[in-house]
Amino acid sequence: MASGLAKLGNLDRRIIYLLIALAVVIPLLLKLVFPSITTPIVQNIFDEVEALPPRSKVLLTADYGPSTVPENQPMLEAVARHCLHKGLRLYVATIWATGPPMIENMSENVIQRDFPDIVQGTEWVNLGYKAGNQGVINSAYSDFHNAFPTDARGNAVGSIPMMAEIKRLEDFDLIVAIGSGFPGVKEWIQFGGDPSGVPVAGGVTAVEAPLLYPYYPGQLLGLMGGLQGAAEYEAALVTAYPQFEETSTQAIQNMGPQTVAHLLIITFILVGNIAYFAAGREKPRLGVNR
Amino acid sequence: MAPELVFSPELSRQLELWVGAFLTLMIFSFLYKDNPFYKFAEHLFVGVSAAYWMVQGFWGTLMPNLFGKLYPPMVRFAIPQVADQPPDPYKLIPLVFGIFLLMRLIPPVAVTARLAMGLVIGFAAGTNLTRYLQSDFVAQIDHTMMPMVAFHPDGSFALGASFNNLVLVTGVLAGLIYFFFSAEHKGLFGKASRYGIWVLMVAFGAAFGYTVMARISLLTGRMSFLGEWIRSIFS
Repeated sequence: MASGLAKLGNLDRRIIYLLIALAVVIPLLLKLVFPSITTPIVQNIFDEVEALPPRSKVLLTADYGPSTVPENQPMLEAVARHCLHKGLRLYVATIWATGPPMIENMSENVIQRDFPDIVQGTEWVNLGYKAGNQGVINSAYSDFHNAFPTDARGNAVGSIPMMAEIKRLEDFDLIVAIGSGFPGVKEWIQFGGDPSGVPVAGGVTAVEAPLLYPYYPGQLLGLMGGLQGAAEYEAALVTAYPQFEETSTQAIQNMGPQTVAHLLIITFILVGNIAYFAAGREKPRLGVNR
Repeated sequence: MAPELVFSPELSRQLELWVGAFLTLMIFSFLYKDNPFYKFAEHLFVGVSAAYWMVQGFWGTLMPNLFGKLYPPMVRFAIPQVADQPPDPYKLIPLVFGIFLLMRLIPPVAVTARLAMGLVIGFAAGTNLTRYLQSDFVAQIDHTMMPMVAFHPDGSFALGASFNNLVLVTGVLAGLIYFFFSAEHKGLFGKASRYGIWVLMVAFGAAFGYTVMARISLLTGRMSFLGEWIRSIFS
């Protein structure tokens, strides 16, 4: 028995990869969905958007690239969908060079599909990418038009109707920063929210989430951490507005494979530890053979 | 006259799916073992990334922020909306410093690059210092000063909030004690240091768990993409 368990310690890693792949593919094929319960740290963001009066000004940033689309894109789309449904004015921008295609995808999936009648320039504006990392936020704090002189299509922001009320960062009612690294949510807190006093909500990859928890709740209104955070926001959205059940459940659906894969990894950790101790009783060894 | 190559949206989407699917499979092939397909995809990714950043830097930064400000009519062909703006002669300063940075390539005048680097480092250090001090130091200390005994708005004792605050405050103090090396870690100080290690281990465990979640999310995203590709073949 003990030697059988010990052999597990030398299991070919490719078998583990195969099992993980199956743990993801099978739930995807079966469309396995588990209920998502919105936790207070995500609910706070939803409630803040919900409480804003119509025509309030929300700055939504997409500071990430294609490598983290499965985690960040559902957050961006769910928040955008919620803001537009509530009649808020949406200002979308990015300080990542890889951000513009993410905003384009959001525009296709949310605006063209669910809000085809809204007008760019009066109800939403794509301010595009501006280089300069946290320097852009710093500049936007004192003079927003200087930091974002043109929108994504090259129009001078002075000619865009909904930009007339925006002079400084503090003219926004809420900043929702969706990001996956530097510069991202942390920089929007440090250089945007803290000096201007505008509430900042965040949506980040799971890898980054533990680094941002210390800012909650003092400096960060709420945080969507990884796919789970995105699924929680989607759950709050479709509970309040069931009409979005068809279009805003991307993260909820991907949480099925996630849950099964996590259960498998927990099993690996348990079996690996048992195998390690079983091998230790038979013959002391240092480290792993591979 | 060369024939114009026009892709319909449907054909473009198909092309995107097939190229993306093959590159995904090439990268996944590394899980079996290193091979030329993986190497090809890896090098292609590096090359495309470098090219993307270069194009973004030129069209997204230099054109609108430098050339378009120095002499707006110059960018009329690309950004006609800003072509009639008045020129901004102050942009000559970043132009000169940008040229200084490139002077690194010419040894006799390479020293001028230090001026530009000094400006970049000085600006970044000055800006970051004040904001980090405010947001990551003062504000974080402020938010760690929590009441050990918390109450609900109606005046009743809040057990959950009190426990949370206790864990937060003692966890921060114990973590700091673990990294305090000017006193020997024994007695009560040693016990606090030991508690600090446990706090750190829990934090590392949470970070590891989140990292696993992130990687599985990305795998799910790729698998969904491959599923879309396979469906497109049979539809």
